[in-house]
Amino acid sequence: MSDKEIDDVTGTATTGHEWDGIKELNTPLPRWWLWTFYGCIAFAIGYSVVYPAWPLITSATPGVIGYSSRAELDKDLAAATAAQGDRIAQIAATPVADILNDAELARFATAGGKSLFKVYCSQCHGTGATGSAGYPNLNDDEWIWGGTIDQIHTTLTHGVRSEADPDTRFNMMPNFGADELLTAEEIDSVAKEVASYSGIEGGVTSPEGIQLFADNCAACHGEKGEGLPELGGPSLTDQIWLYQGTLDGIKAQLNQTRHGVMPAWGARLGDSAVKQLAVYVHGLGGGQ
Amino acid sequence: MLADQPTPERIDVEPVNSPKQRQPLYAARKKIFPRAVSGTFRRFKWLMMLITLTIYYVTPWIRWDRGPYATDQAVLVDLENRRFFFFFIEIWPQEFYYVAGMLVMAGIGLFLVTSTVGRAWCGYACPQTVWVDLFLAVERFIDGDRNAQMKLDAAPWSADKAVKRVSKHAIWLVIGVLTGGAWIFYFADAPTLLVEVLTLQAPPVAYFTIALLTATTYTFGGLLREQVCTYMCPWPRIQGAMLDEFSLTVTYSDWRGEPRNRHQKKAIAENKPVGDCIDCNACVAVCPMGIDIREGQQLECITCALCIDACDDVMTRIGKDRGLISYTTLNDYNANMALATGSTGDLGTIEPNRIRDAAGKLIDKVKHTNWRSIVRPRTIVYFLGWSAIGLALLTVLALRSPLQLNVLHDRNPVYVTLKDGTVRNGYEVKILNMTPTPRVIAVTLDGLPGGSMSMVDSRGTTSQAISVELEPDKVLPLRLYVHADPAQLEAAKTRFQITVTSVDGLTAVADVNFEAPETAR
Repeated sequence: MSDKEIDDVTGTATTGHEWDGIKELNTPLPRWWLWTFYGCIAFAIGYSVVYPAWPLITSATPGVIGYSSRAELDKDLAAATAAQGDRIAQIAATPVADILNDAELARFATAGGKSLFKVYCSQCHGTGATGSAGYPNLNDDEWIWGGTIDQIHTTLTHGVRSEADPDTRFNMMPNFGADELLTAEEIDSVAKEVASYSGIEGGVTSPEGIQLFADNCAACHGEKGEGLPELGGPSLTDQIWLYQGTLDGIKAQLNQTRHGVMPAWGARLGDSAVKQLAVYVHGLGGGQ
Repeated sequence: MLADQPTPERIDVEPVNSPKQRQPLYAARKKIFPRAVSGTFRRFKWLMMLITLTIYYVTPWIRWDRGPYATDQAVLVDLENRRFFFFFIEIWPQEFYYVAGMLVMAGIGLFLVTSTVGRAWCGYACPQTVWVDLFLAVERFIDGDRNAQMKLDAAPWSADKAVKRVSKHAIWLVIGVLTGGAWIFYFADAPTLLVEVLTLQAPPVAYFTIALLTATTYTFGGLLREQVCTYMCPWPRIQGAMLDEFSLTVTYSDWRGEPRNRHQKKAIAENKPVGDCIDCNACVAVCPMGIDIREGQQLECITCALCIDACDDVMTRIGKDRGLISYTTLNDYNANMALATGSTGDLGTIEPNRIRDAAGKLIDKVKHTNWRSIVRPRTIVYFLGWSAIGLALLTVLALRSPLQLNVLHDRNPVYVTLKDGTVRNGYEVKILNMTPTPRVIAVTLDGLPGGSMSMVDSRGTTSQAISVELEPDKVLPLRLYVHADPAQLEAAKTRFQITVTSVDGLTAVADVNFEAPETAR
């Protein structure tokens, strides 16, 4: 349009469009905005060539520099793995008891075990490894299956009552009440007998109780109820109870037994990870 | 009186900030060619340059015996081990408040100095001033004084000019390299680092630092000079709030100098009023900031007092009293101004006869600046504040123990009940041995009935005292398990003390809690 019409009031050119006598003013975009916009378009074209951008049927255009966020992650993970590679191999090659003698290796194993514990163990044992009813506290000095580093390592590797591992830690307390192996009176007197070992309220020792304990319990819990870690028979003489440390609690367990299970971690995590976990758990303060 | 004195020649010079040619900010820099000058303040500036540069270059090379376990460098910022050594003082990162205190002292000190003697820091001690002075000296050595410099600057390029320019900038760069080179010695063992730097074995950051400081020294000292003070430094903008009517500042006494006249003999012959200023412009010519002090106190003035030297020299030559430009307070200036104009306002005309007797000497009523003006409530408050912080720092320093103890109680689990019914609490203990000497210390418990403790690596046994060895200048992290029988405790939470005592008599105590289950008691 050679002859631009200038609006009298504003002094601005019009677009030449007119509706019912109303004319449209032509107020173009600021130059800087326009050039920024063109710059963005140019950048977007360049970006879509350089980086993955255009969706195809099964994937997307790869881009000329072949960037992939997955590949970046893999690279970072590989670098992180490589950074600890030597020590992981070293842990795998070292008997677990010897790891404790190597301060640097033990420090690494403890740190690794701590993070593994958070992922795999804290669901049952708690983030502070304090456990709860039915899930043992790993900070104390009571160990159902033994508290040496080797025993902890074995328990972790094969699990407890794990169906997946034939070498798993296994025992089963009979249902003395539910299966009618003992009468209600007998359960009452043996429960009082057991309660008396650790000074639980209501605990009374009696000749029948001593006899019943010797006949039914001592095989797994030891002659005086001191516990047999080899068989996984918990000590009945101390202040730590897996379920309930009261007379009623003991009776309940005698009537209808409860048992915990733990997965066999050896097959799932590999020996190196299990060793790290063992070192960590052993170092929580109760390790023997 | 004036007849037998030679009248000094008027120098052709224009102040860079004169109202006539006041320009907006970001104007092109006008070249300044300060003339050489001699006198009291020039000598003082040479002395200050000697002292400050000596401190800067020599400090890293001073040795200080700290025994076999620590550096023997008197002043060292050890970034790698996060230690700061200053002669007998060793600062750990958590004691950074000493540095904060020193910075507050530096700030208040700057207030104190400025409110008493104006921008003395700017004029004599600021690194920018000192290095610019050094660079100017180099320039005069190569190019000659003001006139020669101006001639050379205006001259077309020739072999002679090229040689002079190249050698000047080369020397400036060498000074820059030496400046940057000296800086890095504060951060590593100086003799070792010097050998490493010269044999190209030093870490890249050392070369980077040297390069950076060479660039800044050369740019700020050689090329930008007064622009740094005028445009980059915040201090000139703050000085207006710091100076008051009792501050000693470099002042032109126009009550005495005005009306200035460069043809004094003629004016006297014509019986016109004549002040002491002969308008020779010497004060403008020597000014490294390129300003005219006769315009009064101004942002650009760094109070280097070289104009005082220049004016005193001229006054002596023409047989007049020195001190036409001098360190004066605004109060005295105003009093004398009132005397000279016969009014208390600023608008009166200066009449030289009012302040002079028949012989032309200044009358006794003229106020001369008394150095006692520096003592006044404001400066006393600054001084007290400055001293209070200084004393507080010294007290803390004198009372601090080089053996410190931090104890953190386990949060998860807070306590653990053991087989025998006793309760165990875990603590993360950190024992800080803050001197470069190995120590043997005993850890003991106080205030916990029946309490005993064990470390993770002494399984099964607990004891009343544990002995550990501390490495020199290191933190020993310790995992400590404290055992107690809840039956012997009065409450679920018991406050008790973990104490560490060294063989050489140092003690540190931490107050901590012992937690036991409510039900166990």
